[in-house]
Amino acid sequence: MAEVEFKGKKFVVDEDGFLEDFNTYTEEWVEFCMKEEGIDTLTEEHWNVINILQDYYKKNGIAPMVRVLSKLTGFKLKHIYELFPSGPGKGACKMAGLPKPTGCV
Amino acid sequence: MAKHETPLLDQLESGPWPSFVSDMKLEAEVRAKNEAGIEFQIPVDVVDDLMGVLELSYVHGRTHWKHGGIVGVFGYGGGVIGRYCDQPEMFPGVAHFHTVRVAQPAGKYYKADYLRQLMDIWQMRGSGMTNMHGSTGDIIFLGTRTEQLEEIFYELTHNLNTDLGGSGSNLRTPADCIGSSRCEFSCYDTNALCHFLTNLYQDELHRPAFPYKFKFKFDGCPNGCVASIARSDMSFIGTWKDDIRIDQEAVQAYIGGEIAPNGGAFKGRDWGAFDIQKEVIDLCPTECMWMEGKELKIDNKECNRCMHCINAMPRALRVGQDTGLSILVGAKAPILDGQQMGSLLAPFVEVNPEDDYAAVTEVIESIWDWWMEEGKNRERLGELIRRAGFQKMLEVTGIKADARHVSEPRCNPYIFWKEDEVPGGWERDVKEYRKHHKR
Ligand code: HEM
Ligand code: HEM
Ligand code: SF4
Ligand code: SF4
Repeated sequence: MAEVEFKGKKFVVDEDGFLEDFNTYTEEWVEFCMKEEGIDTLTEEHWNVINILQDYYKKNGIAPMVRVLSKLTGFKLKHIYELFPSGPGKGACKMAGLPKPTGCV
Repeated sequence: MAKHETPLLDQLESGPWPSFVSDMKLEAEVRAKNEAGIEFQIPVDVVDDLMGVLELSYVHGRTHWKHGGIVGVFGYGGGVIGRYCDQPEMFPGVAHFHTVRVAQPAGKYYKADYLRQLMDIWQMRGSGMTNMHGSTGDIIFLGTRTEQLEEIFYELTHNLNTDLGGSGSNLRTPADCIGSSRCEFSCYDTNALCHFLTNLYQDELHRPAFPYKFKFKFDGCPNGCVASIARSDMSFIGTWKDDIRIDQEAVQAYIGGEIAPNGGAFKGRDWGAFDIQKEVIDLCPTECMWMEGKELKIDNKECNRCMHCINAMPRALRVGQDTGLSILVGAKAPILDGQQMGSLLAPFVEVNPEDDYAAVTEVIESIWDWWMEEGKNRERLGELIRRAGFQKMLEVTGIKADARHVSEPRCNPYIFWKEDEVPGGWERDVKEYRKHHKR
């Protein structure tokens, strides 16, 4: 486990740069991840996706399926990739502080 | 001098089969000497450390890779399998050991020149070790570091015009048998269809949008050389509609012993002289063959196209000329609800490159529309078919139910009817009933 520091906040992350603990998420975390995830400026649409992922995770204890994320945000998958070049899993979920996707990836 | 002692692995260098241990040692040595003067981008001793960690696993009887790993390239949601060693201090060479799936050509035909260029990239930016090929079909680059992923991807796409393969909840890399490129049994050009659909569905392959993984495989005939019926959610198996073509002279040549049966496949042992009655006619599963004097006869309307007679006498019998393919759906490994092989969905589909295989893509896309909407998280198509029913799948694909859809009819009487099929529907008034039946 590595610890990274950004704007006075400390985050514990794994090798893939995912937060170890969802509760340690702060808005600085998103700013910290931006560059690594290929994002120049954060728009309202980015925050929209991040907030929806967090709400869903808090309510259901899992990340939404891609199809559900599209429905909730109103963004097609193509647009989600425009916002988050590494995609909804490695990009958006990581920035929202959700646990690392698992399974046969 | 090897970096780690590997007494257990060393035992696997004896025996006649090509030893993966000897090969790894060779690659470790090539890297250590580096006669080509390559600027290695990941640790030089990656192969030594891989042998070290493998030896440790042999001692412990346990894996030494951490759980999961999420890495990739921008724009794609899959293609790379991230992996980290759980003993990075002991084996720093494999602290990162990611696998890159590279899209392979249909039928896996290569030129030396192309493979050399692939290896030039991989020697420099990876471990130099590969899997030729992964079970799904991809060329597998085995072991590199995160920083190298975009570099490898850049060189593959810009210099080799080659893309990544699939991973995650998406369309995985399609694969095929060699088909008509080198097989006279092939009922359609598997290479062409596999290549066409791989290109057509690039988006579905690179950006996971499905409830779970989904695989295509293409067999040119029921022999199943790519095992599509067992290893793909959607299995495309070549077949024909008209008669088996018989060359009676060649039949006589088989009977006379001039041509060895099964292309000589059983020459390793003395099975006696070829006996067409015993080896072909009596083994036909539908008993639709017989000899009439010197003529071999087939009652083609009873033939189920099992391939046995054609396999036995390939120079006398040929598949028909009115060819196409069958589509079978739902094959999967045991997790979660038990293993499945493909079930026949479309008995005969036309294969027409002229109209971009419209008959084939129509079935694919109607299945996807349904499964993408109805499939639960991590539910394979085969499981959705079990949960929602085969009937539902016939409805969404617009395929009419017929006897070929079952190996036997159901034996339980729990039969659902649609309300509009039943006179009077489901809305009933118990008072009406009580007028005729007292409590
Ligand atoms: C025309 C009249 C009836 C029909 C068509 C009928 C049909 C059925 C069917 C299809 C089953 C399920 C069988 C199975 O488990 O495979 C069943 C079960 C049963 N029936 Fe009937 N039934 C009729 C009359 C009756 C009557 C009059 C009674 C009792 C007074 C009755 C009591 C039961 C019971 C207790 C079971 C449960 C058996 C079990 O699941 O272990 N049935 N019936
Ligand atoms: C203590 C009393 C009872 C017990 C423990 C009992 C238990 C059961 C069980 C275990 C089943 C099979 C359920 C299944 O296969 O999933 C069943 C089915 C059935 N029982 Fe009972 N039962 C009782 C009383 C009754 C009575 C009094 C009647 C009718 C007057 C009745 C009518 C039926 C019928 C019609 C079924 C078949 C339902 C179906 O297969 O869909 N049972 N019962
Ligand atoms: S599946 Fe049939 S067509 Fe394809 S290679 Fe095997 S025998 Fe030939
Ligand atoms: S293909 Fe099979 S079923 Fe058809 S005639 Fe030959 S052996 Fe019989």
